[in-house]
Amino acid sequence: MTDQDRPQYQQLLARKVEVVNVGLEGFVKDLRDCGIDVVHVDWKPSAGGDPQMAALLAKLGV
Amino acid sequence: MKLIEDANQQALTRILEGEPRLIDIVPARELIPGLRERMILHAGPPISWDRMCGPMRGAVAGAIVFEGWAKDLPTATKLAANGEIEFHPNHHFGAVGPMTGMTTMSMPLFVVENARFSNRAYCAINEGLGKVMRFGGNDASVLNRLAWLRDVFGPTLGKAIRAAGGVDLKSIVARGLSMGDELHQRNLACSSVFLREIAPWMARTSTDNAVLAECLAFIGQNDQFFLNIAMAMGKAITDPANGIRGSTIVTTMCRNGTDFGIRVSGLGEQWFTAPVEMPEGLYFAGYSEKDANPDMGDSAIVETIGLGGFAMAAAPAVAGFVGAGAPSEAGNFTRSMGEITVAQNPEWTIAAMDFAGVPTGIDIRLVVDSGVVPVINTGIAHREPGIGQVGAGVVKAPLACFQQAIVAIAKDLGVS
Repeated sequence: MTDQDRPQYQQLLARKVEVVNVGLEGFVKDLRDCGIDVVHVDWKPSAGGDPQMAALLAKLGV
Repeated sequence: MKLIEDANQQALTRILEGEPRLIDIVPARELIPGLRERMILHAGPPISWDRMCGPMRGAVAGAIVFEGWAKDLPTATKLAANGEIEFHPNHHFGAVGPMTGMTTMSMPLFVVENARFSNRAYCAINEGLGKVMRFGGNDASVLNRLAWLRDVFGPTLGKAIRAAGGVDLKSIVARGLSMGDELHQRNLACSSVFLREIAPWMARTSTDNAVLAECLAFIGQNDQFFLNIAMAMGKAITDPANGIRGSTIVTTMCRNGTDFGIRVSGLGEQWFTAPVEMPEGLYFAGYSEKDANPDMGDSAIVETIGLGGFAMAAAPAVAGFVGAGAPSEAGNFTRSMGEITVAQNPEWTIAAMDFAGVPTGIDIRLVVDSGVVPVINTGIAHREPGIGQVGAGVVKAPLACFQQAIVAIAKDLGVS
């Protein structure tokens, strides 16, 4: 089976993996320990994940 | 929301257009209508005697003796505990005060006028380091120094300030930022520049060389002398930005050793409070965290205008002093505060940040959305009255104040 015959996700993992990690930083170390290049994006859900506060903020224009 | 964006632009414009000048030193009773016998103004949001922390109680007792309302500290404490002293926040009377922030009728206050909006704000004179009333000190040495400030230093410096026609403050702050000050835990440069400007006028107006030398030395030996002037300046700059309906810009941050309080432009005089946090920092020899009092003082008014912790990048030496990490990490604090502010101040720039302006205009929406809270550089007081400063550190504003304010402004604007 050639690369082109594999499902897309398998094609992805058949090549060198480069990761953008969004949110929890703990995953970064595990990936780096496996020799994988990782770019970390420091992101949190709006209002720390409080849905009521996030809804208010959305209406107030954030 | 257009109403909020327009209101915030107006609040920001008022903050940036302020023209603060130090114009005088005057006894508090002549400046503040309603400040009378047995009435004490304190730092932070409103608080009653029973909830006051140790240093605040110590300072209150000292202030009562200083004003002659009681003959000694035990009697003064009884007077306060029996409800015979009236307490109000400085902020309700156009004033601010560092740490315990005691303001009573005979204390001389700096007068800062915001020429752009014709308003004034006041702050007591910085007492220097060591055992002082702002850290809860109240023994004879503390009260004697306050008497000297009232009877000798205040009148001497006030005369010089008036003869000079006032002192422009924005330019001193701009120079101080370029010389390593952040205007909260480091005021060495601004104090020195101020002394350079005012010393000739003190010489011209003084009639007693010994007094002149004593007054010059008092300023010259106190690296934090300019802090109280900067605080009155901050109050004079932020007051005109308060009361703009819909604005989510913070106009006050302060603490009383028990509660942290904020006020927001669109919500006027309303306080939003939460338990104040303990500073994280470094302690003087012989002291540790177990000696520390939770944070206090109106001095966070300097962070409210983009200085102090917000301008940490200008003062890498401070990062080490307050235990905030390596000097090379100072810029991270300023960048982080940029995430919760709506603009930079083009008149107050930081060379180490490629002359970016200090982050200005804290937006409660950005704070709650990001979870990033204002950082404040602060002194640490001993938790027992009468001992004084035991360290310096960084404290974070409690997120709960900003969450409460979001709910209140949403309600005010009919958003649910």
